[in-house]
Amino acid sequence: MSSMSTLPSLPAGILLALAALVMALGPFLPRRVVDSLAVSGAAATSLICIFLLKFSFDQRITYWFGGWQPQNGICIGISFMVDPFSAGAAALVCLLGSAAFLFAWHYFDSVGTLFHTLMLVFLAGMVGFCLSADLFTLFVFFELMGVTAYGLTGYKIEESSLAGSMNFAVTNSIAAFMILFGIGLLYGRTGALNMAQISRSLQAGPVDGLVITALVLVIAGLLVKGSVVPFHFWLADAHAVAPTPVCILFSGIMVGLGIYGAARVYWSVFAAALGPDQSELRIFFLWAGIVTSVIGGLMCFLQRHLKRLLAFSSISHMGVLLTGVSLFDPLATAGTSIYLLFHGFIKGALFINAGTLLHVFSGVDEFELRGRGKKTPMTGVLFGIGGLLLAGIPPFGLGLGKSFIELAAERLGYSWLSIFLFFPSALSGGAVLRATGRIFLGLGNIEGEEKTGATESEKQETTGKHGHALWFMVAPAVALTVMAIVGGFYPALEQSAGRGADLFQDWAGYQKAVLHSRSDFPSLQENITIEKGPFQWKRIIPPLGAVGLAFFSLFAGSMPKRVFKRILRVTDLTCKKLQQLHSGHVGDYVAWLAVGVSIFGIFLFLNFLRR
Amino acid sequence: MGFLPYAVSAWLFIVGMYGIVTSRNMVHLIICLAVMQSSTYILILSCGYRSGAIAPVFADWPIGTPAVDPVVHALALTDIVVGATVTALLLVLTIQLHRRTGTIDPYKLMPLRRRDE
Repeated sequence: MSSMSTLPSLPAGILLALAALVMALGPFLPRRVVDSLAVSGAAATSLICIFLLKFSFDQRITYWFGGWQPQNGICIGISFMVDPFSAGAAALVCLLGSAAFLFAWHYFDSVGTLFHTLMLVFLAGMVGFCLSADLFTLFVFFELMGVTAYGLTGYKIEESSLAGSMNFAVTNSIAAFMILFGIGLLYGRTGALNMAQISRSLQAGPVDGLVITALVLVIAGLLVKGSVVPFHFWLADAHAVAPTPVCILFSGIMVGLGIYGAARVYWSVFAAALGPDQSELRIFFLWAGIVTSVIGGLMCFLQRHLKRLLAFSSISHMGVLLTGVSLFDPLATAGTSIYLLFHGFIKGALFINAGTLLHVFSGVDEFELRGRGKKTPMTGVLFGIGGLLLAGIPPFGLGLGKSFIELAAERLGYSWLSIFLFFPSALSGGAVLRATGRIFLGLGNIEGEEKTGATESEKQETTGKHGHALWFMVAPAVALTVMAIVGGFYPALEQSAGRGADLFQDWAGYQKAVLHSRSDFPSLQENITIEKGPFQWKRIIPPLGAVGLAFFSLFAGSMPKRVFKRILRVTDLTCKKLQQLHSGHVGDYVAWLAVGVSIFGIFLFLNFLRR
Repeated sequence: MGFLPYAVSAWLFIVGMYGIVTSRNMVHLIICLAVMQSSTYILILSCGYRSGAIAPVFADWPIGTPAVDPVVHALALTDIVVGATVTALLLVLTIQLHRRTGTIDPYKLMPLRRRDE
């Protein structure tokens, strides 16, 4: 199996080597050659990741760089560890990367190949982040994907892009410093940087103030990347101004990696020491997730700039992901992984559609584009399907993941969660459906609350004749939408997700696999099998809510004016306050970050020192 | 050394964050970010320090002499590289922003304009 053992290093390695090649030879090669290189590189890497995924269901694969194997359980090298979720996340990164490169075929003809270099390094950073088994390596790849993301956000070099990139960079750099602070504390306590070794050392000692501080800093830092309220402000600014191929990756997988990283660090580093009964932590993250999903959904509905709308929708879905991982239950974690996968497909497709509109009409403002979308019916169909999928319409993938989360919550005694999880689906799906109705059907001449949403007039990002370029844009959107629809019926999906969740949460087996290269099956008492139970008709409620909200917004003109004005008076104040909070000023964002981290820290200290 | 390096580290982190929140000048803000980063350097290097130990270079000393932890020095160097990259990128963004808007006051820079302004 020696060839298998070097495979985990290939994805990141190929992407980085290709980036260097593109940067060196790019000015001398025709643009189409560079484009093809980038697409084929990303596609090849995704095939490798899928292959790793299939193999990792049997046993975790550990790869030590330079052959520095651990001696007597002490790690002296840096490792990558492949298990189903990490390989799956890496595969999603590369798949969306291929779609982004395909979409970018006609982008930035004047600027050349710097875009491809940055994107390839960005992909490499994300793949390394997924596979890393060492805390400091995780931090380095976190920074790598961060810095390239800041550069890509500001790529268009206009005032709004630069300001958005600045907010993104400052907020996420502070998050990285918090992570590093936590890593320093853990290193001081345990003398180790490898996650499995830290876990084992922490297990042997008490959970005191230092461990809690490290936990707060590292997890809060990763949740800043995952755009959990109140750390979410940077996301809307960055996504609204970044070029469309970059947005596909941002919303599709990059924010999800924040939640994934937080869960990974929790299970692989802290779960052993903290013990199995974590009801306070569970309640705290559950409410954090609920608040994120509701605020994200509300803000999403209040937007008129399509990219900003989709950005807030991502925030609300990240809230749902956080509630899923916060339950600390294999069924919920399996549901979260399915949700993340399908959210990536759907959001990627929606951003491609927004980019198509930008290409054809030079604008992404809902009101500017009203009725003009009739010229591009295909995009309209995809948009509408995306909106319904986003609302979790059964029996397709996103609703499946959410049903697992709700089922697990019921079993743990939190059956009220479904009430709150109605809002992200209904609000974000409804917003997309409203935009579809307005742009492609010309409905909705009455402006609701969304007229105060932030917006600006865009410049066309692409060149090339409309007909030829359109194929490269619509094809990836169709492919992603089809995958989102069909993927939910893949027969092994639920069992694979369940198996992946078992391996993800099994910190004892993780320690053994990394430190002693032993590949036992999970040492949990039972392999949690996914028994869904009968189809629950309540799963149809959020999509109905989404359609209802869209209808209400679009046909508000046919309602008596007095009723409408009265409704508006009620919603006006909250909406204005919410919009004002998202001020665009980086000092506000950092202040909220400090408040959020302090609340988290105080809560944990009060609870753990009581024990 | 005791408690002092960790207190200095925490102080730098907090005061850097305060500087960012109240800054009226992007260059000042970026330097505050660098101050926050140096707090992590101090923390990491203090974790590896041993009193009375030599630098981890055994050219003149016999192997086995107590030395400070070399791993933290590698970590600090990595962080310095990362910090330099981020600072350089942010400064370039500031220059481009000034070229386009004539201001480097964060209060005046807006990612997108709201309709009621």
